[in-house]
Parts: sequence; C-alpha cells; structure tokens
Amino acid sequence: MAVLSPTRAEKQHDEREPDVKRNQGGIAGRVFQYLSVAAGLTILLTLAAVAGFLVLRAWPALTASPEELQEISWFQGDSLLAYVGPLIFGTLLASLLALLIAVPLSVGIALFISHYAPRALAQALGYVIDLLAAIPSVVYGLWGALWLAPTLDPIFRWMTDFLGFIPLFEGYQPPAKNILTASVVLAVMILPIITAVTREVFLQTPVLHEEAALALGATRWEMVRMAVIPFGRSGVISASMLGLGRALGETMAVLMILSPGFLYSFFLLKPGQHQSIAANIASKFPEASGLSVSALIATGLALFVITLAVNMFARWIISRRSEFSGAN
Amino acid sequence: MGQTVKRVNNRSLASIVLAGALAVTLAGCGADATSTDSDTATSDGGAELSGSLAGAGASSQEAAMGGWMATFGSVAPDVTVTYEAVGSGGGREQFLAGGVQFAGSDAALKDEELEAAGERCFGGEAIELPLYISPIAVVYNLPSFEGENINMSAELIAKIFNGDVTVWNDPAIEAENPGTALPDLAIIPVNRSDESGTTENFTEYLEDASNGAWPHEASGDWPISGTQSGAQTSGVIDTVTGAEGAIAYVDASRAGDLGTVALKVGEEYVPFSAEAAAAVVDASPRAENASDKRIVVELDRSTTAAGAYPLVLISYSIACSQYEDETEAANVKAFLSYVASAEGQDVASAADVAGSAPISDDLRTEVQAAIDSISTVG
Repeated sequence: MAVLSPTRAEKQHDEREPDVKRNQGGIAGRVFQYLSVAAGLTILLTLAAVAGFLVLRAWPALTASPEELQEISWFQGDSLLAYVGPLIFGTLLASLLALLIAVPLSVGIALFISHYAPRALAQALGYVIDLLAAIPSVVYGLWGALWLAPTLDPIFRWMTDFLGFIPLFEGYQPPAKNILTASVVLAVMILPIITAVTREVFLQTPVLHEEAALALGATRWEMVRMAVIPFGRSGVISASMLGLGRALGETMAVLMILSPGFLYSFFLLKPGQHQSIAANIASKFPEASGLSVSALIATGLALFVITLAVNMFARWIISRRSEFSGAN
Repeated sequence: MGQTVKRVNNRSLASIVLAGALAVTLAGCGADATSTDSDTATSDGGAELSGSLAGAGASSQEAAMGGWMATFGSVAPDVTVTYEAVGSGGGREQFLAGGVQFAGSDAALKDEELEAAGERCFGGEAIELPLYISPIAVVYNLPSFEGENINMSAELIAKIFNGDVTVWNDPAIEAENPGTALPDLAIIPVNRSDESGTTENFTEYLEDASNGAWPHEASGDWPISGTQSGAQTSGVIDTVTGAEGAIAYVDASRAGDLGTVALKVGEEYVPFSAEAAAAVVDASPRAENASDKRIVVELDRSTTAAGAYPLVLISYSIACSQYEDETEAANVKAFLSYVASAEGQDVASAADVAGSAPISDDLRTEVQAAIDSISTVG
C-alpha cells in the first residue's frame, strides 16, 4: 500500500491539471522559460549548422565528375558513391559486431547490478563501469593494438584452423589487425554507456510488478523475465542506439587497430578488408588538399546521415514498442 | 501509473539518444581545425635576418625540419621558422599560392606548376634542391635468423610483396642466401595504409629494378588490397613487431632492432647506409628539364654503381629565385644555406632527428650556387 499512495497522488494531480490556470510565474519564470527555449534551439541550430557545413564543404566533391575524382591519388571506384559504399559497409559491420558483443553483456551486467548483487557490490561495480566510459578512445586504441591484438592471436589462429570452413573465419593472418579485434575494442568502449542506461531503466521497474510476479510464485529469474525485461525493453534499445552512435563515429581505436581495406567482405579475420568512415577521414585528412578534402567531407556527410537514420529508426522502434510493452 | 512513468522515461531517454548522437557527429567532424593557411611573413624591418619564414609540405621532412629549425636559431636567433607538414601536394599548392616562402616536396614541380611558379616568383623561377635524402630499409621480423642481413634482389622483393613468394624458406630466397638457415614460416608483407612518399619510392624501385616481377604501377598508395598495413611509419613498425615472419619497408632511421635486407646492386649486396644512399644520388643523372637552379635528380633505381643503395627517398626544398621583399629573400637564403651546409646536413642525419643521408660535397657546391642566385625583384 505504501507503494500505491504516491501513485494516487500523482493521478489526482494529473486530473486536476487542466483546471489550473497556466501561471507564468513572474520574471523568474519567464527568464527560465526563455533560457530553456534557447537551450533547445541551440541544439537544433547546431545540428543545422553541422549539416549545412558538411553539405557546403562536400559540394565540390558531390558535383565533381568521376574523372575529376579519379585524379585524387587514393580515390578508388568509379564514383563518390562507389567510394563511400565499402566505407559505410565497414563502419556498419564493425559497429553491429560491437553491438552484438556488448548488448548481451551489458544487459547481464545491468541485471546483476539492479537485481542480483548485494548493495555494496552493486555500487562499486556501477562505479567501475562508469569509469570505463571516462577512458579516452586513444587509450583504448593503444590497449587494443598493443595488448588485445597479441592476446587474441592464439584464439584467432584456433578459430581459423578449426572453424575456417565457415567463410566468416577463413584466412586469418597475424597480427590480429582485423575487424573482429576492432569490434571487440569498440564493444568494450560502448559497454559502459549501454550498461549505465540499461541499469537505470531496470531500476525503474515498478516494484509493484516485481512483487506481483513474486507473489504469484515466480522465481527471481522468472520475475526478471516477466516484469523487468519487458518493462526495460525500449530502454535497452535506446541504450544500444546510444552505444551504436559512439561505435559509428569512433575514430582513433579503429585507426590504430585495423589494417584498412575497401571491400564488401564478410571475412572477419582477414586483414585489409574493411575501413570505417571516421578512421578513413583521420588517416587521409592531414595530407589532403582541394578536392580530396571535399571528398573526405562527403564521406563525413554520409556518416552524419547514417547516424541520424539510425537514431530515427531507434525512435521509431521505441514508439512502436511502447504501446504494447509489458509495463502497462 | 506505469504509463505515466513510462512516457516520461521514454522522452528523457530519447533526448539522451539525440544529444549523444549529436555529440558523436560533432566530434567526428571537428577535424577541420588543421588550418591550411599559415601566416605570411611579416616583414617589418630593415634589420637583416629577422621576422618569420614559413614553409609547408612533405611530412617526410618534418623530423629533419624540426632539427633544422631548432639549430637555425643559433645562426639567426631573430628569425622564426615554421613548417607545416601538410603533405607534398599541399605544400606545393601553398607555395604557388604565395602562402608560404618555401615548400618541401617528395616530388619535383610538374610542368604546369613550373609555369605557375613564374608568376609566384615575381617573374623569376622556382628553385628545387635535393636537401633531404632518406634511405628506405626493407625490414623483417625473424628472431630465429642469426645472420646480419638477408640478401634480396629487387625481383625477389617484388615477388614477396606481390604474394608470389610466400614462405621464408622458399628456394628463391635460399638461392640468394646460400648457407643460411631460414625458417619454414609464412611471409607477411606489411605496407603503409596512408598515402606516402615512402610507398611511392618503394614501388618506383620495384617497378624499375625488378625486371617486370612487379606488375603494378608506382604510386603513393599501396596497389594491393587485403594486406596487413599500418598508419604512418610507427604503425608499420608496430605491425611488423607484432607478427613473426612479417616484412615491410620503412624510413631506415626507424628500423631499430628489426633486421634489414641488403639489396642486390650489380653483383653485390649492399646494406643501407648514409654513404650508400648519397652515392646513388651522385650516380644518378639529372632530370631532363633540370637546370642550374632546379637540381632535380632522376634516380637510377637499377644502378649497378658499386656501393650505391638505390632504395632512397629524395625530398626537395622548393623556393623562389626572386622575392619581392628583401627580408624574405635574405631569410630564405640564410635558412636554405644552413640546411645545405655540412653542419645542417649532419643535424638531420643524427639518429634521433631524422637519420637522413648527408648530401655529398659536389652536390653541395651546386646547391649553394643555386641558393646564392636568390635575389630581390628589380
């Protein structure tokens, strides 16, 4: 009952709201209103400014003829689209692999922290996870290139020897500078943000639901499955998209780990097959001039569009899910 | 109640997602900070050797430039020299646009650039000087190999990097290294992943000297896909160190503890050394359109001259024969003279600076004559 009372109060408040005259709250209220509107507009303006900048600077490359583009020494393919294609593919592949590794792990950690661990341990663990998010990506890159790659080497050798009949794992060549290593590092990098958000969502599961499940005789696992996970599903998706956003734009770690290549390839262990857009820009920008700068910015525009698309897709999923989420 | 909590929850999460996406994209596009226009010299004085001198160009010269700029201070303490490593093409572009007083470039000026140089140099012409000669080493990671160098002809190196020779105990390698024990280990060729003058000179060497074993054209971008590679010299070194059996080409000064290949020149095998690198420059003819002022060397990669090491990179210092401003002309003259001097060349050749090969005295005489011709308009 103690849990119910605030709910009732809240409901009453909800019902009463239409009757209350909107009170601007004097000068302080108005100042605050303007400030928050300004803050909201800033976000939109920034977004528009970035988009405008990208289109403006990419324009020479977008309108250039294929022959002009061919003159850029590192340019591959017949058109800008043919050049960006493998890069988009590599970016998405690395990010999706990272999600595939990080999401189950994050959900597990979040569940452990929110529903299984003793309070002291949960706090300490949560703190350590948050700390992971504070490590700069260049440090992850160093760690990946100097420690993780040699460590994964024997595992990859084993995979290509015994699982090599699956094309995915064919043709490993040391050192482990392939997309799978990059994805593992990306997974570690996006783990904290996904875990943190997921944990917060799981903690917000209505206690009433949990207690109801337990009262019906559910074990703790069944309670988690019936009450916590359905409630948190859209939150997990939001968290994953947040992680995906970071993985898509990650530059240094990929740059330092991957032996780049420009192919549509699903060989996860071969070197020189993939490259991500951000890492490609970083590696080519220092010596680029003229049209080649525009071409690189055009690839940046592609990344911008992909990121927006991914986020819109995520919002669509969330809005669709929320209607029949188990939380109702 | 669940619904209320849920809606609020979704909204705040969604805004977090949007903010996060923005932050990510913003960070991704922030690389524009590297400004391309550097300061033009402020020539505010009659006093000789003061003010600033700006250069831009090849990143191969960056380390050497660092050394020269640091020690030039003792010759002309009032001159501030800057060098922006924007790449050879970018350097030439900035120079021709008048943004910088001199450029560093791994390639000589092209014909149309020479025309543009006439205008940029106030009716004079461009001066091109081969002041940075850097040997490129073919390095390998074979801890079990005990000899000093592995001997290889250009043809063999081409076959290895093209994937035609794939194990270290291949008969072709053993034939050039009689009496040495090479392991039964896969060869892992490693190349530069970024565009670089090192790659360009290496592929040029393979194209010219390998008797057709190298089927690709020379270019600054590695022509084969699906290879192990590393960004910049340090990335290549890390990759080679990371895998036994790896082989790569790097600036010789960075070879460190890795084994190096002795190249077949004529009937002998020549390991890299500063003298051998300088020797091939002296043994090579000048380019067709070279002049007293544009000392452009057409490197003879297939040379048979004794003791010459044909796998080198030449980076030119490009300046004008005429400047409008007296201070500018004097500063360029003084700086290039210092770079060309025995002292300057020694500074760059130090292992902890750039490890380059000092130019020979004969070449220096020619270079100095070209520098002395720098004058002011009128």
